[in-house]
Parts: sequence; C-alpha cells; structure tokens
Amino acid sequence: MTAETTEPSVKPGAPGPRALARRRRRASVSRFWREYRKHRAGVFGLAALVLFVLVALTAPLTVGSDVDSVTDAPGQPLQSPSGRFPLGTDQFGRDLLGLLVWGSRVSLLVGLLAAALSVLIGALIGITAGHFRGWYATVMMRITDWFLVMPTLVLAIVLATVLSRSLGTIVLAIGVTTWPTTARLVRAQTLAVESRPYIERAKALGGGHWHIMSRHVLPNVMPLILAQTTLIISSAILAEATLAFLGLGDPTVVSWGGLLQDAREAGSVSSGDWWYLVPPGVGIAVVALAFTLCGRAVEAVLNPRLGVSR
Amino acid sequence: MSSVTGPVVEKREEDGRRAPAASRGRSRSGYPRYVAGKVAGAAVSLFAVLVTSFFLFRLIPGDPVKFMTGGRPVSAEQLAVYREEFGLDLPLWQQFTDYCAKALTGDLGTSYQFHAPVVDKITEALPNTLLLTGTAFVLYTALGAFLGTRSAWRHGGLGDRLNTGLALTLYSIPSFWLGLLLIIVLSVGVDPVPGLFPTGGMESGREEGLAHVLDVAHHLVLPVVTLVAVEYGQTLLVTRSALLDEMGSDYLTTARAKGLRDDLVRRRHAVPNALLPTVTLVFVNLGRTVAGVILVETVFSWPGLGGLFYQALSVPDLPLVQGLFFVFAAAVILMNTLADLLYPMLDPRVGR
Repeated sequence: MTAETTEPSVKPGAPGPRALARRRRRASVSRFWREYRKHRAGVFGLAALVLFVLVALTAPLTVGSDVDSVTDAPGQPLQSPSGRFPLGTDQFGRDLLGLLVWGSRVSLLVGLLAAALSVLIGALIGITAGHFRGWYATVMMRITDWFLVMPTLVLAIVLATVLSRSLGTIVLAIGVTTWPTTARLVRAQTLAVESRPYIERAKALGGGHWHIMSRHVLPNVMPLILAQTTLIISSAILAEATLAFLGLGDPTVVSWGGLLQDAREAGSVSSGDWWYLVPPGVGIAVVALAFTLCGRAVEAVLNPRLGVSR
Repeated sequence: MSSVTGPVVEKREEDGRRAPAASRGRSRSGYPRYVAGKVAGAAVSLFAVLVTSFFLFRLIPGDPVKFMTGGRPVSAEQLAVYREEFGLDLPLWQQFTDYCAKALTGDLGTSYQFHAPVVDKITEALPNTLLLTGTAFVLYTALGAFLGTRSAWRHGGLGDRLNTGLALTLYSIPSFWLGLLLIIVLSVGVDPVPGLFPTGGMESGREEGLAHVLDVAHHLVLPVVTLVAVEYGQTLLVTRSALLDEMGSDYLTTARAKGLRDDLVRRRHAVPNALLPTVTLVFVNLGRTVAGVILVETVFSWPGLGGLFYQALSVPDLPLVQGLFFVFAAAVILMNTLADLLYPMLDPRVGR
C-alpha cells in the first residue's frame, strides 16, 4: 500500500534495512489482500466504491459543472423519466441524473473528510490517553465516555444550527461528535501494545514519548484505525444526508441529502413522484452499505477472532 | 468478563463528594454501593449536558440578540430590552448560574415562535413521542434479538447470511428516505394499490373511546414500521456476535452431553450469558434511536418531540432547540443509568 515502486539501488545480495522493511511491508499487504479476497461481501463493497469514486471523479467530464445552475435548465419542471432525461427533472427543470452524479462528489467528500477528522481526533486521544497514564488519561476518558452517551446526531444538528451554513460546518459537526468509539478502541489497543517487552527495550535505549508513540504504537494501531475509518465513513455519509435533509446543509451545493430535501419541498411525496425520491436515497444506501461491507471485511481480516461473525 | 463496551459511567473524584456515605463504608458493599455510584455518575453527566447546552448556544458568532431578531431593523432601546429580558447584560458566570437555577426549577425559557414556555411545549409532545418510541423500541428489540439468536445458532447458513445481509442493508438506509417511500407506496398509493394508511399526523377526527384508539393505532403503523426497519439490524448484529462469543464455550458442550435438547441448550444456557453485552449495547445505541425518532416524526408529521425539534430548527427557535437538546441527552443518560441498574439482575457478577 505504502510501498514505493522506485527502489533505490541496493547492493546485490545485501539488502539494506529500508529495502527489507519495504519487502516485509509489501508481503504483508499482499497477505492482507489474499485474506480480504475471501470475503465476498467485502469485494462487492470495494467494487461498488471504486465505481462510485470513478463516477464522482469524472463528473466534470461527464455532466459538466453547470449541471446545478437554475437559470439555464435544459428541461421543463418536474418531468418524469424519458429518453432525454433518464431520471426526469427537478422543479427547476434540471436534469436529475446529472444532479445525482454531481451530488455524489459532495456526499463522498464530506463523508471522507468528516471520517478523517473523526478518526484523527479519536486516534490522537486514544494513543495519548493510552500512553500517558494518570490524570490526563482519566480526564480524557471521562470526556470520551461523556461524548459516547450523547445522542451523536442531535449534537451534530445543534452544532450545525449554531454555526454558519457551509460544508466545513457539516464536516466539523460530524467529525467532533463521532470520535469517541475510535478513541476507546485505540486506547485499548495502545495499552495492549505498550505492555509488551519491546516497548520496555525502546525505553531503555532512550526512546522518548514521541518516538514510542509514533514508531511503535502507531504502526500497531494503524490496522484498527483503518477498519474504523471505513465504518465511520458510512455513518458520516448518512449523517451528512440527514443534516442536509433537515435543511442544515450548505444551500449552494448539490448533495444527495439536499436532493431529497428538494424533492420533499417540491411536493413529490404527495404527488407520488417516486422517480425524484428513489435515486438519491439508493445512492446514499449503496455507498453507506459498500463502506460498511468493506469495513467489516477489513475487521474480519485483521481480527481473526471475529472470523465467524463474517 | 465485565462490560468493557458500554460507557460505564463510574463515580470519580469530581462526584466523590456526592456519594461518600454509600461508597466509603467498607461493610456496605454490593448493590446499594453500586446503585449510588451509577446515580452519582448520571448526575455528573446531566450536569455536563447542562453546561454544554449553555455554552454551545454561546458559540453563535456575533450578538445573540441580533441573531434572535433575525436581521430585522431593531432600535437600540429594543435591543437593550431584549438583552435585559434574556439576561444577556449580566456577566457570563452569572448568566450560567441563573440558567442552571432556572433549569433546576423546570424553567427552560420561552419559545420564540410559539410564545409559550419551552417546558409546556415539551410536556405536551412528550407522551406522543413515548408512544411512538416505546412501541418501536419493544418491537425492534424483540425482533432483533429473536433473529439475532437464530442467526448465531445457525451461523454461516443461508438463513444467517440472508438475515445479516438484510439487516446491514436496512441499517444503511436513511430512515427519512424509507419513511418517504412508505408514504408514497402505502399512503398516497401507487396505481393499483390505493392508499392504505394516513400520510401523517396522529389522529384524523374526534372519535371517542375505542374508535380513537384504533385511529391512533392506524396512524402509528407506518412510523413504527420505519423505525423498526432501520433500527432492528443493530440489535440483530449485537445479539448475534454476543451469542457467537459464547458458542464455543465448554458449558454448552456439557449441557449437550447431559442430553439437553438443542432448543433448551440455547434458551437456558447460551442466551442468558449473551444477554449482558446485548443489553448494554442496545441501551448505548439509544442515541441512534433518538436521531431516528427525530427524522421519522418529521417525515410523518407526528406531533412529538422530534417534530417539534424540526420546527424549532427551521426558525431557528434557540430556546426550544436548547431545551430539546437537554431533554434528548437527558433521556439517553437516564435510560443508560436504568440499564446499568438492571445489569446485576441479569448477571450476578456485576456490582459485586
């Protein structure tokens, strides 16, 4: 994964420590992939994700960035699906297929950024609380416990309400409310890692706090963080859709949750315009499910004890 | 093994003063001490919620009074009047103590949009939410536990894979979207099927007695179905993995060896041991249910706390949002504490 392809020249027969490390890393990645492939649901999830990411990345080429402009909309308002507009049009006459493709960018981006923020906070607090014992750990775990009992989404909604409307607010609101589970898992793993003798050896050789946390603990909790990230992205995407649906999203960008809110406001529920409502919801559900399946597969590979619960 | 998963709120230094009598006496250990610890923990959490809800609403950039008036042109005197009315001219610590004192006496302020005390609006909507959430909670827990047990007992089989797959799919579906689809299909009606259920609300007419009960039940069907569909998956997965943890245990082999029927091995031996982690996680996940309730009530115009929260958000009616935030958080903390108090009855090892 992280192994670079360009290898510096190494003396034949005597690979340096870096080359050795790289070889070992490559071997563990391929071992991981061999195990991962056995989880059929995980492979399906990964395939779906690759497809969605490709669609989102190529959106400027396929649908163009002016797809969300209200002024020069190509069709009549609220047309049902036809040859020209495969998914119909919205209340401004915009092409819904184009909006759906364009909306995937925001939904995926917010999901990824929010999950990254959440895992970053969680990992930071988890590792430091596991490394520095004493009052620091106590206080940090108190805060974590407290965040854990809070209804996450309610807190995110309140944050999004009191802050200004923007994508950054949404990312922040989701990120700062979903980190506690990660923090707890990472802390437990950190405690397990730090009880091993090689940490004592590193300390005896003069390794400082930073050295131990970054060189010894972090690589060992990284797999856990990876699995956790995949699972959190899925809930972050759902949370983004929810916030947008409640009208707390950035009104200037198109997202799947925003499309659902538009659909509801355009009265598509009472007029039975299912073609307006179904596609964005399917998009959210498929992407969230794909991330969940990947996360569960990664978890099952990294933690063989969970193997049965595949 | 004790419950490592849940946010087991224990008493610590900060609340040591609150429960010394029960926790210090060496002779009086056991359940009373355990209860005192949990109750003190809950009190600290509630206080923390109060602190958060106070400071969270001070995060608003700019002048809160300007935010309240919504950009309308207001004279300087009027601003001063507002400031005095909401106590915003006082120093922050005094505002905070006032706020706490008021909250303790059950005064959560006045709603901007309804011009009524927030507490009144909340008590008005609370029974409706309890009806909806209670029904859904009982149903989804029972369904999830039942299917989860089945799945774990025959894990790897076709039934297990179908069950888990369906649960994961429904778990990934936004609850509000499922609700909207159900309204289109079953309330508005797609061509051959007429509308079977009301599109929203809690009652349609002024029926009395039994007719009223049936009417409310009729309105209750779709919201409850939506909530159960999106929430049961979690219980299923939790029950399943808790039971799977027990599956390889020696005592199950013993139970089988002494000739117990498979059914009895499961009911009397495996399930009781898997119950504790399940109950813990079911209650920890109540926070998610709160979110589900807000969305489902919004979609089905159910006159409960969730619907009220949505109305308050769209204004935004800050005192109401603040009050409801406190109520939601307090409800989750309260339920978690109740669950904590239940554990020693489920598992005698807890609370010793």
